[in-house]
Amino acid sequence: MSIVTVQLGQCGNQIGHEVFQSLCSDIRGTHGLCSKKENQSYQDACKERFFWEEESGVPVARAVLVDMEPKVISQTLSTAARSGCWKYNNQSHFCQKQGSGNNWANGYSVHGPRHKESIMNLVQKEAEKCDRLGGFVTIMSLAGGTGSGLGAFVTQCLRDAFPTSFILNHVIWPYGTGEVIVQNYNSVLTLSHLYRSADALLVHENDVIHKVCAQLMNIKHISFRDVNQVIAHQLGSVFQPTHTPEGGPNYSRNPLGDLMETLVPHPEFKMLGLRNIPQIPETSLPYSTFSWPGLIKHLRQMLIANAQMEEGIDWQVRPPPAGSSTPSSHSTKRPLHFNTSIANLVILRGKDVHSVDLGSFQDPCLYTSWLNPQDAFNAWRTPRAFNKYEKSASLVSNSQFLLKPLDSVVGKAWNMFASRAYIHQYTKFGIEEEDFLDSFTTLEQVISSYSTL
Amino acid sequence: MTQSVVVQVGQCGNQVGCRFWDLALREHAAVNKKGIYDEALSSFFRNVDTRSGGDGPGIYKGKICSLKARALLIDMEEGVVNEILQGPLRDVFDSKQLITDVSGSGNNWAVGHKLYGYQYRENIVEKLRKSAEHCDCLQCFFIIHSMGGGTGSGLGTFVLNLLEDEFPEVYRFVTSVYPSGEDDVITSPYNSVLAMKELNEHADCVLPVENESLFDIVNKINQMINSGKLGSTMKQNSLVTSSAGSVKTLQEKPFDAMNNIVANLLLNLTSSARFEGSLNMDLNEISMNLVPFPRLHYLVSSLTPLYTLADVNVPSRRLDQMFSDAFSRDHQLIQADPKHSLYLACALLVRGNVQVSDLRRNIERLKSSLHFVSWNQEGWKTGLCSVPPVGHSHSLLALANNTCVKPTFIELKERFMKLYKKKAHLHHYLQIDGMEQSCFSEAVSSLSDLIEEYNELDATKGVPGTDPSRLKIAV
Repeated sequence: MSIVTVQLGQCGNQIGHEVFQSLCSDIRGTHGLCSKKENQSYQDACKERFFWEEESGVPVARAVLVDMEPKVISQTLSTAARSGCWKYNNQSHFCQKQGSGNNWANGYSVHGPRHKESIMNLVQKEAEKCDRLGGFVTIMSLAGGTGSGLGAFVTQCLRDAFPTSFILNHVIWPYGTGEVIVQNYNSVLTLSHLYRSADALLVHENDVIHKVCAQLMNIKHISFRDVNQVIAHQLGSVFQPTHTPEGGPNYSRNPLGDLMETLVPHPEFKMLGLRNIPQIPETSLPYSTFSWPGLIKHLRQMLIANAQMEEGIDWQVRPPPAGSSTPSSHSTKRPLHFNTSIANLVILRGKDVHSVDLGSFQDPCLYTSWLNPQDAFNAWRTPRAFNKYEKSASLVSNSQFLLKPLDSVVGKAWNMFASRAYIHQYTKFGIEEEDFLDSFTTLEQVISSYSTL
Repeated sequence: MTQSVVVQVGQCGNQVGCRFWDLALREHAAVNKKGIYDEALSSFFRNVDTRSGGDGPGIYKGKICSLKARALLIDMEEGVVNEILQGPLRDVFDSKQLITDVSGSGNNWAVGHKLYGYQYRENIVEKLRKSAEHCDCLQCFFIIHSMGGGTGSGLGTFVLNLLEDEFPEVYRFVTSVYPSGEDDVITSPYNSVLAMKELNEHADCVLPVENESLFDIVNKINQMINSGKLGSTMKQNSLVTSSAGSVKTLQEKPFDAMNNIVANLLLNLTSSARFEGSLNMDLNEISMNLVPFPRLHYLVSSLTPLYTLADVNVPSRRLDQMFSDAFSRDHQLIQADPKHSLYLACALLVRGNVQVSDLRRNIERLKSSLHFVSWNQEGWKTGLCSVPPVGHSHSLLALANNTCVKPTFIELKERFMKLYKKKAHLHHYLQIDGMEQSCFSEAVSSLSDLIEEYNELDATKGVPGTDPSRLKIAV
């Protein structure tokens, strides 16, 4: 089944480009550590999922590029074409001249309706090229105007036009210390709207990835390109072909569906966090070895202690003894030490995956009581190694990972809203105070739900 | 890509404008090696075939034939504009995009605004429409003028009004040169306050500039050169005050160095809209992020570095110094000290070889020494543009919406009141048709209200705010 990617805004397009680049370089590599047949099967599955082929044999990404100003898209298209190994469809992009000015209302209420037809036409064309449509992934940032505002609108349109398809929003959480002054408003408005239309939101936080770059990848002068490459690697580790337990010897044909089924049992809980280990500089790869027990131990503790990466994990945090209830707290003053999960998915790629013991993830005290531990936890194991890592483990988690960032963003936005600062910029384009209040209410509800797990 | 039109009004406006076009050409020449008319150029220039006269239809692709500035030059006396049209930049201006008269405005706002405004209204609208038609997607009008005189101040603000009526969707960014305390124009306080009311009501963003600050910066650079410490290693064309490498290299006039600073301000402001980068910051984003309440749209700007030394490798220390300097008193373009006042919002637009980690490190480093208003504790807007200015490997423009503008406004009001109480020179104004005493009282009232708004914000400084209680959800 194929996935159509919609890249929205500067961030969405820059990341989308790195994702396709990473997927391509992974399948072309000889680092698979598996048989030629297996490798071929992996390549074919990846191509079917993300690319279609034109006569020249160059894979064309199944993507629609949307931005309200032309500079980023034209750069993205040309850089991809220059790579020689893949490209975008030159017709599959939509841009305007003026940008959204970091204004959610401009993206949502003005650009959205104005350009709905053109954008959806492009999406429809890409969808028709798929033999079987597996769903949509949108990539956008929360802080700006196009990715966030127009992205929310487009997600709604996708839901209306494809009511039975899976929709995953990949959202980029901005740095805590501003990139954009109104980023908290834009984030609140976006998240509340996406929550209504999408099946799940997969979140990457700029602060977290920045730390990974600084401390794990040893990059001295971190650029957005470095950050985007780490994000692309992490996404690739989830979306490259995998074997699911039921799937038998073949690669899973319904990646988005499988993801939703394992991780989103209830529509109130859609926030997914992602962790991937190990992450080391490419130059160190040939000299490093990892053991599965070590990786799994770290990954589990990262889950429990809500650690952002495999360094600096708080090993003191332990799951509560069976039978007691986890302390629930709404206020931000008492940090939640133990990260309660609803559902977790671990994806293992590389050498000896089938021998890995994941029993520690099935411990019932990690989870809420609604699902059986057997249902709350799933594992996908694939012997074909990913992106030159001999062993790689990813955790996609529907848990309290994002509770603190969400609470923080809502708190700051509320604080600003109380003084009504910047509101005139939104009402100018048709978003009223009531719309803000609705969004706040929706998100407070989500916060409350996740807090009381 | 969007286009912007520059409207330069009055002697000051035209002199600054002239420097702007000169330096813009220099900047594009440095970047655009192939001589192809590209999107970046189109934001400020049209490309025309000279055979059909300067008025011909624009050529959108291919080689550069003849570049025409998207500008409208207005002055009620001929001297300055004529000089421009006889100077080395004469081919850059479309001869039809001028409006001049002979007798000037006599340093009288009422003459500029009411008399000439009324007289030239049709003409101005027609020429504005023309320049708008030449644009594919017009985003912004830049007005350059001074506040203290008659034409720039009066007619300039009249044009501002007109722009709001005729082109409500297009942004209006105004660069205003405020008079200094020892201004030799006696009526400059009247002119400035009358103009302020218009800026309050009709501008989207105002970038105030004071001659004193520009003068101090020029002196500082001259001292550095003359002290011989850095002279030989300083790249001449990197001076923020220099015209080196531009068309006009012969005699530098006294205000040229100061005007170059303002020209560089505008170039840096628009750089991210013209050139690519990893985090673009367009003009509409500046307005969106830096204007929390409609009337508080006065942005204090600072440019660093003021010069570049010739050595190639730039250690991070120097990069960090650039950020520190942006917040220092002597780099601001008005007499103000943002560090000791209250920030409502701050934008940092970095050009050149600077990465997001450098930006973040410096924000972390500096924010503890700055006071931000309680509801905008992390009020930073950032932009990264890959193309540095001529002669530099990197540069920084800081725009601050900060209560440090308040003293400038208070002083202005005091000077106004000194004259107004005695009714000095009032008759020159009141004898103009359309001008009444109420114009004065309304203007000073508007200024007082603005000052009061800043006062209220200042009162919150340092007071630990209690966070408003959040919405409670019934579980």
